[in-house]
Amino acid sequence: MKEYTKQIHRCFRCGYCKFPSDYSDFNCPSYARFRFDTYSTSGRLWLIYAWLKGEIEWSEHLAEILYTCTTCKNCVEQCPMKFASDIVDWIVAARSDTMEKEKGRIPPAVSSFLEDVYRLGNPLKERGRRDAWANGIKRYETGDEYLLYVGCLGSYDESGQRMARSVATLLSKAGISFGILGNEENCCGNEVYLLGENELFRMLAEKNVQKFKELGVKKVVTLSPHAYNTIRNNYPLVSNAYFEVYHYTQLLRGLLRENKIKPSGHNAKVTYHDPCFLGRYNQIYDEPREILQSIPGVELVEMERSRENSFCCGGGSGNFVTDLLAGSKESPSRIRVREAYETGADILAVACPSCMTMFQDAIKVEELEDKLTVKDISQVVAESL
Amino acid sequence: MIDIYNSLAGIVGEQYVSNHKEERYFYGRDPGLTPPHEPDYVVMPETPEEVQQIVKLANKEKIPIVPKGGGLALTGLVVPQKGGIVIDMKRMGKILGVNEKSRYVIVEGGVTHGMLQNYLKKHHPKLRHSIPDSPAIATVVGNAVIHGQGRLTQQYGFNSDMVSGLEVVLPTGEICRIGSCSISSQHWFSKGAPWPDLSGLFLGWFGTTGIITKLGLRLYPCKKMRDVMVFLTDKIELVPDIVLKLTHTEMAEDIVLNEQPLPPRMKGNIYILTIITGDSDEELDFKRKIIWDALWDIFESRDGGFLSVPADMKPPLLEMPSRDVVRFADVKKGGGFEYSGPIIPLEKYPEFITKQKELVSKYNLSYSATSRVIAGGHCMMYAFAFTFNRADDDEMDRIRKALREAAQFTVEQGGMMWKPTIEEQEMIMEKMDPNTLNIMKKIKELLDPNGIMNPGNWEA
Amino acid sequence: MLQLNFDPAKCAVCKTQDCLVKCQYLRLDKDKAKTEMQKIINGEDSFVLHDCATCYACEEYCKMGNHPFYLIVERQEEKGILPAPRSVATMWVNQCEPRGRFTVGKVEERALSFCSIPIFPFWVTGKLFDGIASSYIMGEEFFCNAVFLHYAKMSVIKDRLPKAIENIKNLGIKELICLHDECYGTFNSLAPAYGIEVPFKTTHYFEYLHNKLKELKDEIKPLNVKVAYQRPCSNRLSPKTQHFVDDIFNLIGAHRVKREYVGENALCCGEVIRMGQGYKIADDVQKRNMDDMVNAGAEYCVFNCPMCYLSIGDKVTKRGLKPIHIIDLCKMAIDEKPRPEV
Repeated sequence: MKEYTKQIHRCFRCGYCKFPSDYSDFNCPSYARFRFDTYSTSGRLWLIYAWLKGEIEWSEHLAEILYTCTTCKNCVEQCPMKFASDIVDWIVAARSDTMEKEKGRIPPAVSSFLEDVYRLGNPLKERGRRDAWANGIKRYETGDEYLLYVGCLGSYDESGQRMARSVATLLSKAGISFGILGNEENCCGNEVYLLGENELFRMLAEKNVQKFKELGVKKVVTLSPHAYNTIRNNYPLVSNAYFEVYHYTQLLRGLLRENKIKPSGHNAKVTYHDPCFLGRYNQIYDEPREILQSIPGVELVEMERSRENSFCCGGGSGNFVTDLLAGSKESPSRIRVREAYETGADILAVACPSCMTMFQDAIKVEELEDKLTVKDISQVVAESL
Repeated sequence: MIDIYNSLAGIVGEQYVSNHKEERYFYGRDPGLTPPHEPDYVVMPETPEEVQQIVKLANKEKIPIVPKGGGLALTGLVVPQKGGIVIDMKRMGKILGVNEKSRYVIVEGGVTHGMLQNYLKKHHPKLRHSIPDSPAIATVVGNAVIHGQGRLTQQYGFNSDMVSGLEVVLPTGEICRIGSCSISSQHWFSKGAPWPDLSGLFLGWFGTTGIITKLGLRLYPCKKMRDVMVFLTDKIELVPDIVLKLTHTEMAEDIVLNEQPLPPRMKGNIYILTIITGDSDEELDFKRKIIWDALWDIFESRDGGFLSVPADMKPPLLEMPSRDVVRFADVKKGGGFEYSGPIIPLEKYPEFITKQKELVSKYNLSYSATSRVIAGGHCMMYAFAFTFNRADDDEMDRIRKALREAAQFTVEQGGMMWKPTIEEQEMIMEKMDPNTLNIMKKIKELLDPNGIMNPGNWEA
Repeated sequence: MLQLNFDPAKCAVCKTQDCLVKCQYLRLDKDKAKTEMQKIINGEDSFVLHDCATCYACEEYCKMGNHPFYLIVERQEEKGILPAPRSVATMWVNQCEPRGRFTVGKVEERALSFCSIPIFPFWVTGKLFDGIASSYIMGEEFFCNAVFLHYAKMSVIKDRLPKAIENIKNLGIKELICLHDECYGTFNSLAPAYGIEVPFKTTHYFEYLHNKLKELKDEIKPLNVKVAYQRPCSNRLSPKTQHFVDDIFNLIGAHRVKREYVGENALCCGEVIRMGQGYKIADDVQKRNMDDMVNAGAEYCVFNCPMCYLSIGDKVTKRGLKPIHIIDLCKMAIDEKPRPEV
């Protein structure tokens, strides 16, 4: 973590981090929202360096700049320098560092997010049972092939719950052996990690790993790409237990290829939004597309910014709760739904409950409810059966 | 005492004005070696009318204004020397239209080169513009205002020569149109000729005479294919002749020269890259042969030759903009480079290379000598480029000294410093014909009587 | 001081003067060939030294094993005759200069050599390289240096090759599988020609592939494709390895089309000729070569050397042929994906 202090001055503020590969538009969500150069990656890196040198003092505004990064990794993808792959790690390390040194003077919404995860086990201020949505879904027992990891949005958010049910139903239909942890499930910690709260992340990860080990879990399939990302890539940092981790679209593609699920038809024009934690973080671009294209009647149209150039929904780093990028027609989720609408698609397909909730709100504000529907991929498949 | 912050917020909306330390810090610096000077406010207008209101306010209250695009000149031209208001133009990002028959585009003051390139590829694939090697965030207006150069400069001159009309907010707040658009808002095909060319009052003045809110830019034929030919020579004195022969063919798009010690394969030679374009393989083959034939004598004498470049090594050489250019900043793992890029006559190239090597040795520096041929060889841009680690104060200081000496050398040789720093501007003005200098002074006083426009620059 | 094992007496009794008679570029008759060769032996000037295309073929043509090409290179350097522009030679000398960068994997007694070609690590994947892919060496420290034969720089070879061999030996390598044909040629022809000892076994990657394919015989699905083989200049230094091409093709069901420019009559990729002699000769060589492939009905142009592949892969595509390296062709035969496009 301290390594970042020796490297962060290498940013040349060339600005490639603001763009996608073809320079069609601005692709950094916080820059697109706020438009001051300080809200782009180069601004952030220069200001962190200035803070390290004591040239500027910590302030509410600096905190806002630091925490409005959604850690979408567009900058990692676009930066031409050798250190590109480290950039988001530097920002996360700076968050940890400033949290420690500035005695937690972080944006109140972020504070609140972390406290809620700590005290309630989820950032959504929910106090009820995690499995209240899950009537009829089997609990995981030792010997089941997959643990279906539902996550906080899947457990408590209305559209997240619909996603969870739809995925669970499809897996059951296909005869997959799986179960959920129900009320014993804990927050995966992806956002906590990205917000720089290392101790809390470690605690969550260790708790989950302990639970998985107790139950003899070997394979985990997640609803959310956030959970996929953190269990697969960050849990090994705190524990040497090994699990095979999948996102549900990877399984679903396999099931369709093996004809265990047979969609009959769904006439719709669909555009797919690549979520950051599947796409740029883990290079999973084809599986969701193959799923959609295997449904007779579905016409898949791409948005201009797709795959590694996908424009973040603005929900990462806890922003799907903290909403630090809200309040403007240039909020990332609004920009993105307008882009989806321009493709002429009826359905904006997502593979992430965070994107789902961000886009549903945005569609309302943009008054596109009659023209564009957000659906999770599993729902599109389910509706085609 | 008027509340400037609230006045600015009243013009652009509160979310687009800042007097926070963070914005002042960042906008008070650039990636080069210029010492920081922080503004008091940063503001981001969306329309020419908003710009106008800001300028009127600044004029009334005698507050300095600095219009800023990408801020990538690297010579501190938009570092506000006297505080005041930095106007970040990038919210004025609309491409207003393309005239395909007369081949020009009209852009707002904050349109980036990257977005213009994308727009043309998508909507007008037979047209292209002269894109510089600066990062894609560089603005069309900013680049034109500093007489930038790009991929079409070898054929058609400085990027400012390609301007075909302007809309300017004068320092006193009036908006006026320059060129053919001054009598017809629909026609932006000329920046001045055949009448008195008033564009010269704004291009090259670094914002000291007005803020450009719209710009017409000539577009050129975009062919389907591009290829690069790499000619190497180890004889510096042959370079002007090689360039003369290349430009005589009239076959080249861009001609760029590189001399640098790293990577190892580049050591000891001067690399001359000639880019050719064509709509067919036959066209490219023809151009290749003409160019080969033009340099045949030198090839036969063994004093120079073409390097066969494997297919996978061509894309970085052809890329637009070239990302390799910014990678130079990380050679010392320190995020910095700056260069002095004088415009010089072709025949002076050997002296400048010799001078660069002298400076490198004297100050122990990592360098790259890049040059671009301008307008068929009437002159060239020669870059004394040095890379530094921004955490190494001593190295930055040595480079400042080297650049100062490079500038002095340029003046002695009769070269023209391009996008000169404040210090270099002073050197130029000292050497300039006093009557010429006087014209510059008069123009500035006439257009900017209160001296609010990017003060410190071109101050005679 | 390393000396070339050249014996003038062998040339004196040579009946055919094949070295220069068979030369595809100079086309001399026997008498002219004898005269010019004698001049070269004597250390006199000869147009041969100026017009040599550096295609290496005379090393193969000479049935006496008397190294006519290496002698030509020695004489060129002695006389300051440049077969290519000076700056191009300088580029190679600087690019390949060892700088203490040892790029090695988990080197065992049996190791792969990637020469100095960064494409190779992408190719050595899958079952064909199972168990050996991580045991490799790459880079300037291990570079064979044979490329300097094209630039009259035998002195650079004499300086750097022994050190490269030393570096390989010091890693404890007992068998080096040469993925670059030119390395194999260097260790088996060039090094012995100068009395440079090679203290490890060298295996041509053709042989390695052939053995591996035999092991995986049950997994091979014959490709049933028509192929033309692009023989590189360096293979002239190890002509005995040519049969492996047919052995491999036979195993994988690649049908070699009947060509004019094949075996001893093969044409090189032409790009070194372009840099040395100019575009007219190079274009002619490449056109005849590709016309030959196309007219013989080839679907694929199969490469041995990655430098040939990078040089003319695009041109071959434009002629309607599919360029492929032999490693990737073998992968196709066992239903594995060829390397991702660089």
